[in-house]
Amino acid sequence: MNKADMIENTEKIKIKLHKRYAKEKRFKFYGISAIAVSIAFLLSLLINISATGLPAFQQTYINIDVDIDSNLLNLNQQYGEKELFRADYSQVVKQSLKKLFPGVEGRKQKRALRQLVSKSAIYQLRDLVIANPNVINTKQSLWFLARDDVDVFMKGGIDRSLPESDRRLKDFQLVWVDKLVAENRLEKRFNTNFFTEGDSREPEQAGIKGAMIGSLLTMLVTMLLSFPIGVSAAIYLEEFAPKNNRWVDLIEININNLAAVPSIVFGLLGLAVFIGLFGVPRSVPLIGGLVLTLMTLPTIIITSRAALKAVPPSIREAALGLGASRVQTTFHHVVPAAMPGILTGTIIGMAQALGETAPLLMIGMVAFIADVPQGITDPSTVLPVQIYLWSDSPERAFTERTSAAIMVLLGFLIVMNFLAVIMRKKFEKKW
Amino acid sequence: MTFGAIIVALLALLLLGYFIGRKRSIVLSKNKGQRLHSLPQYYGYLIAFWSSVPALLILLFWGALESSFITSAIVTELPIQFQQLSDDKLGLFINEIINLSQAGLVIDDVVKSQAAIRYNELIEFSASIKTAIVFMLAFVGMFVGLSFIKPEMKARNLVEKLIRGAMIACASIAVFTTIGIIFSVIFESIIFFKTVNVFDFLFGTHWSPQEAIREDQIGGSGSFGALPLFVGTLLISLIALVIAVPLGLMSAIYLSEYSSPGFRSFAKPVLEMLAGIPTVVYGFFAALTVAPFIRDLGESLNLSLSSESALAAGIVMGVMIIPFVSSLSDDVISAVPQSMRDGSYAMGATKSETIKQVIIPAALPGIVSGVLLAASRAIGETMIVVMAAGLSANLTFNPLEAVTTVTVQMVTLLTGDQEFDSAKTLAAFALGLGLFLTTLVLNIISLYVVRKYREQYE
Repeated sequence: MNKADMIENTEKIKIKLHKRYAKEKRFKFYGISAIAVSIAFLLSLLINISATGLPAFQQTYINIDVDIDSNLLNLNQQYGEKELFRADYSQVVKQSLKKLFPGVEGRKQKRALRQLVSKSAIYQLRDLVIANPNVINTKQSLWFLARDDVDVFMKGGIDRSLPESDRRLKDFQLVWVDKLVAENRLEKRFNTNFFTEGDSREPEQAGIKGAMIGSLLTMLVTMLLSFPIGVSAAIYLEEFAPKNNRWVDLIEININNLAAVPSIVFGLLGLAVFIGLFGVPRSVPLIGGLVLTLMTLPTIIITSRAALKAVPPSIREAALGLGASRVQTTFHHVVPAAMPGILTGTIIGMAQALGETAPLLMIGMVAFIADVPQGITDPSTVLPVQIYLWSDSPERAFTERTSAAIMVLLGFLIVMNFLAVIMRKKFEKKW
Repeated sequence: MTFGAIIVALLALLLLGYFIGRKRSIVLSKNKGQRLHSLPQYYGYLIAFWSSVPALLILLFWGALESSFITSAIVTELPIQFQQLSDDKLGLFINEIINLSQAGLVIDDVVKSQAAIRYNELIEFSASIKTAIVFMLAFVGMFVGLSFIKPEMKARNLVEKLIRGAMIACASIAVFTTIGIIFSVIFESIIFFKTVNVFDFLFGTHWSPQEAIREDQIGGSGSFGALPLFVGTLLISLIALVIAVPLGLMSAIYLSEYSSPGFRSFAKPVLEMLAGIPTVVYGFFAALTVAPFIRDLGESLNLSLSSESALAAGIVMGVMIIPFVSSLSDDVISAVPQSMRDGSYAMGATKSETIKQVIIPAALPGIVSGVLLAASRAIGETMIVVMAAGLSANLTFNPLEAVTTVTVQMVTLLTGDQEFDSAKTLAAFALGLGLFLTTLVLNIISLYVVRKYREQYE
């Protein structure tokens, strides 16, 4: 090889090297952009949900001067609580609204006028009168829930500049709303109803209390069952199980496999076995808890085993050397040392169960339930299923509430995961 | 007594048993002047066990079987024309009776109200017998247990045996869950396949599970050709994998090979957050934001796009399963021995060349199993597709059209109002069987590959 050839080769390599370095840079760029895309998606999801959901934490109220006339209420001279309960409060609300907007003509407009306030106004008035019958035949200035359309408009959800036919609020309704605003009769307050009411067909009355209590009860059942069972199973497999035993191998294969079985299949199991065979009632937190227990067990077992494995053998040997039995060694020394890890795993498992929807649809926790459940055998729904139910509703106000419920759910999950992280950082021993 | 009251009473007995047992062992050893074999609390544990656990088991067993026994007792007492009703009509009739008895109403229908009264009687009878048996068992257990206590009795060993037994039982629940799943889907599926041919189900191209309301209704017999569902599931899962595999793999490579420890400790948990978000949230996001966005994008490109296109559901699902690909790939890439990297660098390779030509091939089995796991997730995922994909069973591979999936149909078939034995609900179980078997195979392959691969470098 002569000198010229060598120079030529070096040149070639130099040019190629340039290309190779460019490739290197590009590859690295692909890597960082993959992460960036994932994070961007996560952010856009969170921002989008928050932006849609935040308005739902406020609720518009309408101030109306109500003339609680006993004639309008259709009451005689003599009345007890029963009569008061049956009295015609809708007439009172209707007349009070009419007085506020005199000269409303036509059936359609009259109906629209009634629909400025929520249907709950009637019940609010009824409760007021029953609690204090002295208000009859007096004038009261009362704040009522505004209808969802008015509420959405007040929060800027309806664009005034759209053609009338594309708007949920027509021109004449906008005039009313403007008048109410000018008279300071519309007010936005923090939406406490959202946290203190059950589900409702009317978006302005719908709240998540029923779903939250349902979730709480379901989680209670899940935790009471899955924590002792999962931890015992993990302890057995890690500390006591004989090696090369067929049954133990079978258990391990099953646990690993169950961890990856689609959650909806657990719903089928609940439907066929718990409801079909054992007659557990449908739609109740008890059955939900049972199904979610089976679903979270693999997670709890796998993480608990990892925590037990991390306890160094010297601890066991020391206890055994002092004459403790295997069971004593495990329960007095190994398990307490592994407890932070076990609890972390349990919290993660519970967080998974809290967000789960699909299996609960199979066992009937998807019904419309307005009452707040009182116990584990009352029909109820859970937070994620409530989200699913609301997401089907076309009303804008329900879309807002769906997002708000998602924010609450995510809030719970973040708190749980945060707890898990803190627990791991603070209590986990370094051996 | 109500169920809850009995439980509370049994718990009280458990505590009582513990204290009595402990006390008794101490007294005995003092009287006889003999040392106890075990610490006194072990005798207490034994008595607590005998005075509550057998009674509790009987209570649960009774509760599980009570309703079906009472129902069949009611049925045998009904007039003969009611007994000959078809199963679902009889079920409806029984339900009415139960509702009546719970509401405590009396109606004109003599048969029904009598049956309701009888039902209440039976319930009360069963409850009192149950209470009697449970408490008898509890007290007998306690006294028999107490009579066995002797200072030389090896109480600790017995307690430890019981603990071991309980732990084995807990661990075995996993096996029984699998058996339960298999049996529940197989039994219903067998009934289903008696009315619908297996091959018609697997390869039929027409899916419309509506049943005829009138006899002469056209096409109303319900056709259960599930091929469009399988194709739809496959299509959406493929879109998801096309999104998730490159993103997840590149993220894993960057995090394990390039990134600084600081960035890694920030980015890894953030990526894993994607797996922690409930699927119903993804579903809502897909339906509310991603699907309209994709439709508008398609319109601006003059493409006709369904607003329930497979694309929207697939993309969102893809993002959801990124962490499954990335964290497993990250693990296996980190497990590749440093010596292999050093060898490659010594030959003059750049970092990316090392990754592409040495590390990825070495880590390939692990990456493949991560992808398989992600695929099994995607196939079984329910909420995203229920909320963002369609219901119409189109047999198409066009991602711009609406398709439906196995899980969507399972949800629609089982959340409506129909009897437990109709062909529609049975079809859901048949679909469930298919889903379970598919994911089972994927999981087993993936677990096998991971296990084999781990051995290679250990």
